[in-house]
Amino acid sequence: MADSTDLPRLTAADLAAKLTAGEVSSVEATQAHLDRIAAVDSRIHSFLHVNTEEALAAAADVDTRRAAGEELAPLAGVPIAVKDVVVTKGQPTTAGSKILQGWIPPYDATLVERLRAAGMPILGKTNMDEFAMGSSTEHSAYGPTRNPWDTDRIPGGSGGGSAAAVAAYEAPLAIGTDTGGSIRQPAAVTGTVGVKPTYGGVSRYGLIALASSLDQAGPCSRTVLDSALLHDVIGGHDPRDSTSLPEVPPSYTEAARKGADGDLAGVRVGVVTQLGGQGYQAGVSAAFAASLEELRAAGAEIVEVSCPSFDAALAAYYLILPSEASSNLAKFDGMRFGLRVEPADGPVTAERVMAATRGAGFGPEVKRRIILGTYALSAGYYDAYYGSAQKVRTLIQRDFAAAFEQADVLVSPTAPSTAFPFGEKVDDPLAMYLNDVATIPANLAGVPGLSLPNGLSDGLPAGFQILAPARADERLYRVGAALEARLDQANGGPLLARAPEIEVKA
Amino acid sequence: MSTINSDEVARLAGLARIDLGPEEIEKLAGELDVIVQAVATVSEVAGDDVPATSHPIPLTNVLREDVVGQTLPVDEVLAQAPAAEDGQFAVPQILGEDA
Repeated sequence: MADSTDLPRLTAADLAAKLTAGEVSSVEATQAHLDRIAAVDSRIHSFLHVNTEEALAAAADVDTRRAAGEELAPLAGVPIAVKDVVVTKGQPTTAGSKILQGWIPPYDATLVERLRAAGMPILGKTNMDEFAMGSSTEHSAYGPTRNPWDTDRIPGGSGGGSAAAVAAYEAPLAIGTDTGGSIRQPAAVTGTVGVKPTYGGVSRYGLIALASSLDQAGPCSRTVLDSALLHDVIGGHDPRDSTSLPEVPPSYTEAARKGADGDLAGVRVGVVTQLGGQGYQAGVSAAFAASLEELRAAGAEIVEVSCPSFDAALAAYYLILPSEASSNLAKFDGMRFGLRVEPADGPVTAERVMAATRGAGFGPEVKRRIILGTYALSAGYYDAYYGSAQKVRTLIQRDFAAAFEQADVLVSPTAPSTAFPFGEKVDDPLAMYLNDVATIPANLAGVPGLSLPNGLSDGLPAGFQILAPARADERLYRVGAALEARLDQANGGPLLARAPEIEVKA
Repeated sequence: MSTINSDEVARLAGLARIDLGPEEIEKLAGELDVIVQAVATVSEVAGDDVPATSHPIPLTNVLREDVVGQTLPVDEVLAQAPAAEDGQFAVPQILGEDA
């Protein structure tokens, strides 16, 4: 039997192999991760809720079934953390907001049903910017998550909790959601892997919606293969989400395994002119250039592609997202779930209760975006703002279509900078929004994107983004696994192994 | 493009049903003005001939069989409501006195 303190260091694929071989039980593996959470989470704060008893019960169930000779899913017994914007029956779900404090959903999201069906114990719910609005977790109503590389710095956002949980070895896998980069940017700044699937590739049923035309759930992990394994569990058609893609997806695990041989002969890699250069940290740009050389050495053909409309993506996004969010968040009215606050004085009518509840229950960034969205959709401004933003969306899709004529995948740095210190951008919304400048175009066009760690800049991890055409997610895994294999070989192991040890609570 | 002042923020907060204090309104007015100026550039990018896109992957006519689907147990749903009575959500009076 393995030393239980080593179990959290295993990749999901390696842990699954040990579980299958009977070298370790799921109860042991799950307990080892719960112990790790108990030891480090007071420092990192990845979790808003730790699901100890249910996770151990699910693990014991898998062990029993395995002992009985039942054929189990590949990741059966491998524990996972779930972002708190995804509803989980019987576990509190807050989306990082006070307005949902203490709410216990009466149903599971489709992707959670699939995790349970695959026999994956759920360790708990991870911290996030309130309603996924942010790039640092500083907008969580429950306090920020800290970056395991440097606890004075942000772990990215909105899914900073999921990324930090994986980076701090609190969970081998986590679920994230990505509306403008909330899986990929946290992955980049924590030295982990994150994938935003093609829009509709993973069901949105049971995700607390931020912007319905942009939201997409996906995997967070420490290796490309692990994300592929998880993607194969959660992906595929769901009749309860009318935007769910109807076709049966291919095996992403197979694509990742194929890529791991490091051979990219004949693959055309497009470098997007607009997603690099000015505004990108020197160390980030240097890591990106070095990764391009690795891809070239793997046999890939590097071409430069221009996507001029990407320059307007951020502006379009910050009209479309607040507009959709202002509509989606109207359901938090203090009537059916969550907080209800009565006005301090005057008549207690439904309308005034709604306003008092939202005034007390929403944090500053949520208020800012709802009011911005209300403005963009209001009479007299609709055509100039929301209408124009939707046209920009068309132009961005056209740019992607043209670029994918010249290249099989597109690449860029995932984020313009490494993790920044807490407080640096929290009072400057525009500076905060710029963190997502390279990740947003994918959401506007619905195309899939992957971020993997590709180097250090002043001791902090940088991320490499790969984008593929819609419904071609397998390319992310093939190219991602190839680059990862070459970088690991060049660096003598995974980048995350160079993160400092977190001070463990005795 | 227009600017967002405190009166406009107060009006929008009313439409969005969010109570804001005077300091919040003041702060938001400054921030939103900067944000709106930055995002207003979208109106200069696309010409009239460009169609709008609302959705990344076009899907049409997503239908299902007209049969009763899964529903949630009423008691479990009401257990999470701020107030419930007689198997229903209990809400404040809907209309104000002058209605």
